[in-house]
Amino acid sequence: MLENIRLALSGLLSNKMRALLTMLGIIIGIGSVIAIVTVGNSLTASVSDSMSGLGANNVTVSITQKSTDADAYDGQNGVRVRMFEPTAPAEEDLLTDEMIAEYRAAFGGQVAAIELTEALGRGSASNGALSASVQAMGVNGEYGAAEGIELLAGRFVQDADGERQLAVVSDAFLQDAFGGALTPQSAVGQRFALAVNGRLLTFYILGVYRYEEEDTGAISLTAFSDETVTPLYLPLAAAKKIAGAAAGYQSFTVVGSAGADTQQFLSDTEQFFASYYTRNPSYTAAAGSLSSLLETMTGMLGTVSLAVSAIAGISLLVGGIGVMNIMLVSITERTREIGVRKALGAKNSAIRVQFIVEAMLICLIGGILGILVGLGLGSLGAGLMGTPAKVSLSTILLAVGFSMGIGVFFGYYPANKAAKMDPIEALRYE
Amino acid sequence: MAEQNSLRPGQGAVPAGPVTSQTAPQTAGARPIIEMRGIVKRYYEGKPNELEILHGIDLTVYPGDFVAIVGESGSGKSTLMNIIGALDRPTLGSYSLDGLDVLRQKDARMSEVRNRKIGFVFQNFNLIGRTSAQKNVELPMLYAGLAPRKRAARAAQLLEMVGMADRARHQPNELSGGQKQRVAIARAMANDPAILLADEPTGALDSATSRTVMDIFHRLNRQAGKTVVLITHSQKLAEECPRILTLLDGRIVDERRGREVRGDA
Repeated sequence: MLENIRLALSGLLSNKMRALLTMLGIIIGIGSVIAIVTVGNSLTASVSDSMSGLGANNVTVSITQKSTDADAYDGQNGVRVRMFEPTAPAEEDLLTDEMIAEYRAAFGGQVAAIELTEALGRGSASNGALSASVQAMGVNGEYGAAEGIELLAGRFVQDADGERQLAVVSDAFLQDAFGGALTPQSAVGQRFALAVNGRLLTFYILGVYRYEEEDTGAISLTAFSDETVTPLYLPLAAAKKIAGAAAGYQSFTVVGSAGADTQQFLSDTEQFFASYYTRNPSYTAAAGSLSSLLETMTGMLGTVSLAVSAIAGISLLVGGIGVMNIMLVSITERTREIGVRKALGAKNSAIRVQFIVEAMLICLIGGILGILVGLGLGSLGAGLMGTPAKVSLSTILLAVGFSMGIGVFFGYYPANKAAKMDPIEALRYE
Repeated sequence: MAEQNSLRPGQGAVPAGPVTSQTAPQTAGARPIIEMRGIVKRYYEGKPNELEILHGIDLTVYPGDFVAIVGESGSGKSTLMNIIGALDRPTLGSYSLDGLDVLRQKDARMSEVRNRKIGFVFQNFNLIGRTSAQKNVELPMLYAGLAPRKRAARAAQLLEMVGMADRARHQPNELSGGQKQRVAIARAMANDPAILLADEPTGALDSATSRTVMDIFHRLNRQAGKTVVLITHSQKLAEECPRILTLLDGRIVDERRGREVRGDA
């Protein structure tokens, strides 16, 4: 066996270019699978890391449309027809401050904070010639502490601020809107114009917070534009007034206290709020957490991986056929050698093993190169997404095994052809 | 492997090296090494273009014989050689090699017969490229399942015997024709075969190197008692063999004794 490997290696080395081209299909196939798995693993790991960091205990309570029992049954055609009611929730369907107060009373020990928000969307703040893009969001007083927003000057929004047009802005905002002329301290109390929700309003700076670039929430806001879009926080009541929104909430976030049983807390919370909706014909309350979101994401990633794997499978198939082709060429070239070996007493099985080992070696080296390429690309991809690369050993072992399997599968036919050669014909071959 | 004689180094003249003196050539009494009866070889049997190459060959070769089979091209000597060498099966007839009924063996056993009983020497050397002289000589022992250390030791002995010890690490493309053929003879001797079967061994060599190669055959025959079957079209080459069979149109038409030549150059 060792002899066979040595022999195959010397054969490959004497034909480096050909061997490399033959391996290409295998390299691409294995490489792409390893790359996507590495990126996927890194992403999943880092997302679950950061999620456990910033909110494993966060539970989002929202109202969802009930799957109506009024699904019509079309008796004539024997088909169940689902009736959709694409209606927006009416004011009486929304979660109310009273519910939240009762919830707080019932679960006080487990609730660290409740974040109430009213998003106003993209807005533009201007101060004379300069302007800054913001993502305006009305928040309650607990929001700042719960999200860990670090204030540089002034104070955060309080519930008592009511409908006053005050804003907590980022240090990056100061740079853009005031050209760096103001320190955070001197910025507090400054006035600027905010165009949002189709209205132009005058706002006063209430506080300045430190904007953290690597914050995942912020990246999603800035990723696709060259300007920095930072969150701007205003009092919840003011935001609701600007938006003309009803008094209730479609959703809000409960921050659980550390050490609480998330799963139990989640179902308790859902039960509590759903009890308000037992008589509501079209809406109910549901609670979800980031970990359930993570599961959805992992599932999606799995689907993507599967699709890439299918494409990689095709590449491996093509690669395998390439290996088979080159083995057939190699056997034709070495017909005479095969004849000599047979004359010297090589059994058919020995010839077969020799060429299968050679095919396997091509695939194995291709597979190893593919793994290296895949790891390189995967690390690069993970690096671009700002997550540390996470390598899956089982995938690598699987790739090695699979590439060797391809070698055996596609090497068998040529090897068998060589084994069955007539030694006399083979010796006569020029 | 039981019947193999291991070559012992240090005996015989230089560069004869590792050969043992055995019984002198016998022509009667002993069990023949090759016994062929009524060998017929037809191609395309039963088809309109049926072709009979050998028309009933009887051939008996005793241990220690040095036989030249001489014939023009087309006389059937290659076909006969393939049958003697267990590469091909005749259409009719019987063939016993060293007491074994070759024609009744399965293909895998035929490989073993070639491996253990026959040492091939070809006109165009047929060394395996990109493989050192040493590894070429080891090849038949590899197929015989000999342990690597034993293979290496014996290959070194054999290369020394043919005067190629200093070229053991060279690859075939780094050797001259004569050197290649000497390596090929060492390879043929690897498993101490019952017969050395040489097909025009000097056909690709100049006269001086031909002489060296032929001397090695003579030495192996005389000093080691190795049975040699030499197939050639050259009357001149055949003349130096003790026993000469002339093949013409698929029949052995003449058998005579050749001029005895001293093996030592």
